[in-house]
Amino acid sequence: MNAFLEAFFKPNLIAQYWPLILKGVLVTIEIAFAVVITGLLLGLLLAVIRSLQIKLLNALIVVFVDMFRALPPLVIVLIVYFGLPNIGISIPSFAVLWLVLSLVLAAFAEEIFWAGILSIPKGQWEAARSTGFGFLGTLAYIVLPQAVRLTVPPITNRTVAITKNTALGTVIGVPEILNQATTAQSFSGNATPLMMGALAYVILFIPVVALGRFLETRFAWRRS
Amino acid sequence: MTSPILHVRALRKNFGPTEVLRGIDLKIAPQELVFVIGPSGSGKSTLLRCCNRLEEPTSGAIHFDGVDLMARSTDINAMRRRIGMVFQSFNLYPHMTALGNVTLALRKVVGKSRAEADALGLAALDRVGLAAKAKSYPGELSGGQQQRVAIARALALEPAMMLFDEPTSALDPELVGSVLAVMRELKAAGMTMLVVSHEMRFARDAADRVIFMDHGLIVEESPPAQIFGAPQETRTQAFIAELTR
Repeated sequence: MNAFLEAFFKPNLIAQYWPLILKGVLVTIEIAFAVVITGLLLGLLLAVIRSLQIKLLNALIVVFVDMFRALPPLVIVLIVYFGLPNIGISIPSFAVLWLVLSLVLAAFAEEIFWAGILSIPKGQWEAARSTGFGFLGTLAYIVLPQAVRLTVPPITNRTVAITKNTALGTVIGVPEILNQATTAQSFSGNATPLMMGALAYVILFIPVVALGRFLETRFAWRRS
Repeated sequence: MTSPILHVRALRKNFGPTEVLRGIDLKIAPQELVFVIGPSGSGKSTLLRCCNRLEEPTSGAIHFDGVDLMARSTDINAMRRRIGMVFQSFNLYPHMTALGNVTLALRKVVGKSRAEADALGLAALDRVGLAAKAKSYPGELSGGQQQRVAIARALALEPAMMLFDEPTSALDPELVGSVLAVMRELKAAGMTMLVVSHEMRFARDAADRVIFMDHGLIVEESPPAQIFGAPQETRTQAFIAELTR
């Protein structure tokens, strides 16, 4: 038992490294927030554009969405960070992580929002149009409010899954939780900092999961 | 006939190779209640849905209150506000209260303030006997109540005419009466109505004119007493006989 505690929860290492881990937590929160906002907004925007049914744009959206859903985010992160400088574009590691994860989240979110829009019965569109709403008004006031509510559970799941990928930042040196933890682990030769990192992720993401569950009930409406 | 409020000429509608409407001519005078009956697939719902271009006609002309609905220069959204529509499946917005349903277009299309829209919305709900249910969500209302809210939603915009697409077909029999009572009240108040429905007793009592459609054409039109009592065409006779069997 003592050996276990020594390996994973060594008190003096906890005391020594918690400020570092905390710094990592703040970086992770920053990136996660930025990713959630830009990713979901871009996803919603793409879903709205797709609903306009313009063939060429739809094809482009589908290609983008399928590519970013098929590629492992780590591969995209590495290509952008190590590849783009070769053609003269170098982006700071923080921005690379934010950009890539935003695009990945947008790709998944677009599909989810689009499915939500499609699931709204035709009668809702017709009722709105018959009272004088145009296409965008119908979308904004009748279809999207319903579609977005329907998509809260899958969107939450996907958002959590993708913001957890902020841990990928460690391979390009973004000083987020995992990066701080692995650095501390190699200095100390002990897994305690990694456990602290794991704990930080749990503390960080459990409220997000709980928030998703809350939104799910909060936005539910009585169905006929 | 005084000058018609709705004037449909040579209206045709194809769905792919299927001709659903094959040349419809129809005039509806202000304050008239016109009933459209006919076997399923006869094109009666499509005709109704073409009248506010919810269904895009393949060819033909539609004038509403003198305005050419097919003209490119016509703002169809503005015209639709003046043509109320009630659907078989109610199509209330499930995420809004009854009052929210009734006032949404007033606020977001007409641009009225919330207070103004609420006052008009409550008046419309009162007219269909549901002012007390203003804060209820559609899921909390019976089918008959939902349909009356849907009628109030259309009425709130003060339309010059109402289209009813089988308004009672999705209702349990005991709930039909409440919806028909509202439609009777509308008729008494002088609303122009075009109704697709199977409520023959209501047609007999309230309609000024009954149109019998079959295979995308108007076969016969006359006052209800005549079309139900002494139909002229064989197809009409067969349909009426089938109904009253």
